[in-house]
Amino acid sequence: MSAITIDKAGPTRKVKYGSMSRDRAWALRWSYFFLVLFAIFSLTPPLYMLITSLKSSAEISAATNPWWVYHPTLENYIGLLTSNQFLRFFWNSAWVSIFVVTITMLISVPAAFALARMKFWGSATLATGVFLTYLIPDTLLFIPLFKMFALVGDWTGIQLINRWYVLLFIYPTLTVPFCTWIMIGYFASIPKELDEAAIIDGASWFQTLTRIFIPVALPGLIAATIFAFTVSWAQFLYPLVFTTSTDQLVLPVGIITTLIKGDVFNWGQIMTGALLGAAPPLIIYAFLMDYYIAGLTAGATKG
Amino acid sequence: MAEVSLRKVVKRYDEVEAVRGIDLDIADHEFVVLVGPSGCGKSTTLRMIAGLEDISDGDIMIGGDVVNDVPPKDRDIAMVFQNYALYPHMTVAENMSFGLRLKHYPKAEIKTRVAEAARMLDITDLIDRKPKQLSGGQRQRVAMGRAIVRNPKVFLFDEPLSNLDAKLRVQMRIEIKKVHQKVRTTTVYVTHDQVEAMTLADRVVVMNHGRIEQIGTPNELYHKPATRFVASFIGSPAMNFVPCRLEDVGGRMHIRLTDRLAFPVPPARAARYQAVLRTDKLLLGIRPEHITEARQHLEPGVEPFDAVLDVTEPMGMETLVYFTLDGTQICGRVNPNAGAQDGAPLRLAVDLNNIHLLNEVTGVVL
Repeated sequence: MSAITIDKAGPTRKVKYGSMSRDRAWALRWSYFFLVLFAIFSLTPPLYMLITSLKSSAEISAATNPWWVYHPTLENYIGLLTSNQFLRFFWNSAWVSIFVVTITMLISVPAAFALARMKFWGSATLATGVFLTYLIPDTLLFIPLFKMFALVGDWTGIQLINRWYVLLFIYPTLTVPFCTWIMIGYFASIPKELDEAAIIDGASWFQTLTRIFIPVALPGLIAATIFAFTVSWAQFLYPLVFTTSTDQLVLPVGIITTLIKGDVFNWGQIMTGALLGAAPPLIIYAFLMDYYIAGLTAGATKG
Repeated sequence: MAEVSLRKVVKRYDEVEAVRGIDLDIADHEFVVLVGPSGCGKSTTLRMIAGLEDISDGDIMIGGDVVNDVPPKDRDIAMVFQNYALYPHMTVAENMSFGLRLKHYPKAEIKTRVAEAARMLDITDLIDRKPKQLSGGQRQRVAMGRAIVRNPKVFLFDEPLSNLDAKLRVQMRIEIKKVHQKVRTTTVYVTHDQVEAMTLADRVVVMNHGRIEQIGTPNELYHKPATRFVASFIGSPAMNFVPCRLEDVGGRMHIRLTDRLAFPVPPARAARYQAVLRTDKLLLGIRPEHITEARQHLEPGVEPFDAVLDVTEPMGMETLVYFTLDGTQICGRVNPNAGAQDGAPLRLAVDLNNIHLLNEVTGVVL
């Protein structure tokens, strides 16, 4: 009974028209506040890198305002871009990333298709297994992996350690599980009738994959590609462990091993190198941003 | 074009039997509709014909060849799905020609076939659009076009109209019938809508619990249902069922519904029911159109009775009236001018020439 009396009292409160838009205005104000806060937080380091990269070593060590460039110079950029060593790192990184992305896509797209669509014995377990491998951190894996490659060298005489292409075997252990997982989610969101229609139209499994699934799941595919590229471009621990000769190094490792000499930090060039190194992923993101977001959100709503 | 035959076809999912031994012969050019409530196995049967589901037992033949182990692409069939299943990244023309392109048909022939199908379905203007730019009805036309251009042995339709609104559904129903009249391809059509089944089919297959209840032309099913399930499933409003018993009163067979209500059975029917005169559990099945207002001159076999109406539903061309007999609700259809009113008495008449007598236990129509 008491509940009913409360219900009756309800409508006496004056209904405020337009309260929805007032709510929305406040929500927007808070969103902007936190977005700006977050933007400042995440953009400050790159800004600092940019400022520092435009200074000479003398100015960096001088006791002036670190947030201002008094004598802008491009000497760090010129120094790095004319250094064969730095260009070597850059190319190593580029080749490794391109190959890793290719290998990853060649493995994970068919794997995801098989796991998402071709129901076979143990496919569900396998799909979970793929995800679990992704959860194992690389800091745990690098020692056993090093042992494995050393053993391969001992037994077969094929020396892989300290060759840049050893990374082509190692990086996919990170990229393949995640990309497979993204693609499983994406393929699973494609209605079952679509592949049934293709099969009835006379398509083989392979044709269904190449002519229906890949075009339809293109946003997801691009998201996975960007992810694989970012991971292999930014990877630090594995190349640090597996490559040592300066001509075999990739960019992130190359910068810290050659530009830090003992306790002397060549900050200007370190910052410049890092900025130049960040450029390729940035350019790729800028071009494929729309696809990337579409891909990620689709993955988010579908397992 | 070809005939399709099913021989004792069974589909088992682990413990559950979805389809329990179906025998069905579909003639060349025939339009057969599988109809039944959800979960009756009709879609599974269709998918087994398509080759999308394996057959647990039995044989399926298309054009005389057993196709149990033939993959879908080699069965020469085309299928239209409930959610259209158009390829979203292809234009209408590309959607329709996909099958032909996979089979490497010459480009000129693909073009003429697509153009012809598009003209037949009135989608020529849409040929360069993507599916997302089309309405539901247009998408369904494209899906049919994709089936037609292949010129397959068999068309399979899996509830193709369920996603459309009521008005469009009626329109597309006519469209499908027209297409079939033109191309004459053997068609198996699955629906849960008995009106769709009745209007489209040459023959209707009524399914329930994985079995076939009855196969027949729409009129056969309506007028001579074999079981209680068919009798109640076909027709809207549904057939009335009233517990009854047969009595011999002065040498004439009567059907007794309540203590106060009994009707003489017409002689032609009486002969047929002689054998079950002593059976206890009987049901009278009678369609609403055979309970009408009592007219001045009653035909032979039409018997008057009085009823107090609970509810009336004016439909325009007729009024549906509902009353109860010993706790059983009965529906009748009377003339809108018969003066039927909620809560008011009305003199009705029942046409005993069109009754059905059922065994209540087995559900068999006697």
